[in-house]
Amino acid sequence: MAAGPRIANPVRSAFAPGERDDTVVVSIGPSHPATHGTIQIFAELSGERVIRADVHCGYLHRGFEKECEAHTWHNCIPYMDRLNYCSPLINDFAYCDAVERLMGVEITRRAVVLRTLLSEYSRLCDHITCIAASLMELGAMTAFLYMVMIRDYMYEHIAALTGARVTHSYGRIGGLARDLPPGWLERLEEILVQYDDFVGRVHGLVDRNRIFIDRMRDVGVLSQADALSYGYTGPMLRSTGLALDLRKDTPYLAYPELDFEVPVGIKGDNYDRYYVRMREMDESVHMIRQCVEMLEPGPINVDDRRCSFPEKPLVYGEIESLINHFKLVMEGPKVPAGEIYVAHEGANGELGFYLVSTGEGTPYKVHCRAPSFVHMGGAHKMLEGYQLADLVPTFGSINMIGGECDR
Amino acid sequence: MKSSAEVFDRIASRLSDREGEVAVSHGILVANLAPGGVLAAARLLRDELGFDVFLDVTAVDWPGQDPRFEVVWHFYSTSHKVRVRVKTRVPESNPSVPSLTPLYGSAAFMERECHEMYGIGFEGNADLRPLLLYEGFVGHPLRKDYPKEREQPLVAYRPGFELGERG
Repeated sequence: MAAGPRIANPVRSAFAPGERDDTVVVSIGPSHPATHGTIQIFAELSGERVIRADVHCGYLHRGFEKECEAHTWHNCIPYMDRLNYCSPLINDFAYCDAVERLMGVEITRRAVVLRTLLSEYSRLCDHITCIAASLMELGAMTAFLYMVMIRDYMYEHIAALTGARVTHSYGRIGGLARDLPPGWLERLEEILVQYDDFVGRVHGLVDRNRIFIDRMRDVGVLSQADALSYGYTGPMLRSTGLALDLRKDTPYLAYPELDFEVPVGIKGDNYDRYYVRMREMDESVHMIRQCVEMLEPGPINVDDRRCSFPEKPLVYGEIESLINHFKLVMEGPKVPAGEIYVAHEGANGELGFYLVSTGEGTPYKVHCRAPSFVHMGGAHKMLEGYQLADLVPTFGSINMIGGECDR
Repeated sequence: MKSSAEVFDRIASRLSDREGEVAVSHGILVANLAPGGVLAAARLLRDELGFDVFLDVTAVDWPGQDPRFEVVWHFYSTSHKVRVRVKTRVPESNPSVPSLTPLYGSAAFMERECHEMYGIGFEGNADLRPLLLYEGFVGHPLRKDYPKEREQPLVAYRPGFELGERG
């Protein structure tokens, strides 16, 4: 064996086992079958009650921010997909929006509407994944299969547009990778009709199901004051009764033109989080249908040679376009020096990008304000005081996505 | 509801009492403060100006400049629906800023990340254990002088599988 560093425990718990003789400290994770997501929770138990919890993330850390500093602004886009891989399009569009605002680029009308439509479609996928997985963990296998079936229709449908099921890399600085293929909107409507049918069945199966209510109601309660103090946003904060939604409050894309409601919960427990997400999915479907109505033919990329690639026939046909293409690929789009923070309403909450440019074709710094990471900072508030078995539905309702949490 | 310009004016007048520069950039109010003024400014933002959500803290490394590090905080107000960015510069010899943990619960986790990635000290945050990295990790990977290729495996490679003397 080559001499290497000592094999050590990579994490240190905030409390050591044996501090008290009436409790036991258990380590759950990082790869535990009952928690989806690679995360480690140290739980100090008194009987079956969790009295202290220490949440550790970082097992999926892959140096996202460091890696971005070595790529051109364009080449960072595939990394954005891998942040929240349940709703990759929202990440793409938030990042592209930040770069575009820094460059002073205004995208075309069709790109605005399509981005809005696809953001909501992505949110729908994300919420379906979250609810389906949490229901399955409580034993509701039928509801899980209903929802995952719909999600798979959506994944294949998005793959027909973007070429990939999960990591789409579809956003572009200044627009989108490609326009809709023929028949895409007709298939979209078919899927939405099926979604309505199956989500209705899930409502019927679980909403007033005694077992479900016993496991979810008054479990993992988060007060609104705690939610604000711990920086919660998105469905988590809305489940506590505060209607904070960036789509309404700091309008971007086509959201100011859309008619939608912001559903809120009453007491911030697991049941409220389930119900807020279910209601948000219906609002998303409503928004998608409005976007389809608003969609008009037109270009999907801005005619701006600083960021958009020239048409392929021009690249092969004239020297200016060839050089333009070469410069954009090899050096990257030159983004004016400055800094910007742009946040979109991600499926889990405020997804912010803080970008610093020095005027080069590569970013000086890309920082992602990931909602999952912030939510993990306050997760112990929802675990402490409840049974160990409640950890599973509570953790499921937070919808921690390892890709954006650990970056 | 007041317009964001009015809100910004009011905040700017309160923050500029503290010997800092305040300007609006890309729709966000930006305040450049001295490191010592950050905690008081954050308290003012939270208690009197309605900035109830602490969004984020990160740093920017500017090697060759003095002071070298720029620490950047973002706040959001659920009532005014605007954001404020607070920035300060700290030198490499003493990269230390006050912790916001007395004001916001979310500061604890985010300061841990910033600490391990940039080596910024947060005075008053007693729990700066590694979070995304691991115990025994040497260096601060998001500093510009940390090579991207450097490897610090916790478990030694099997003989013949070393990836070379990089980093």
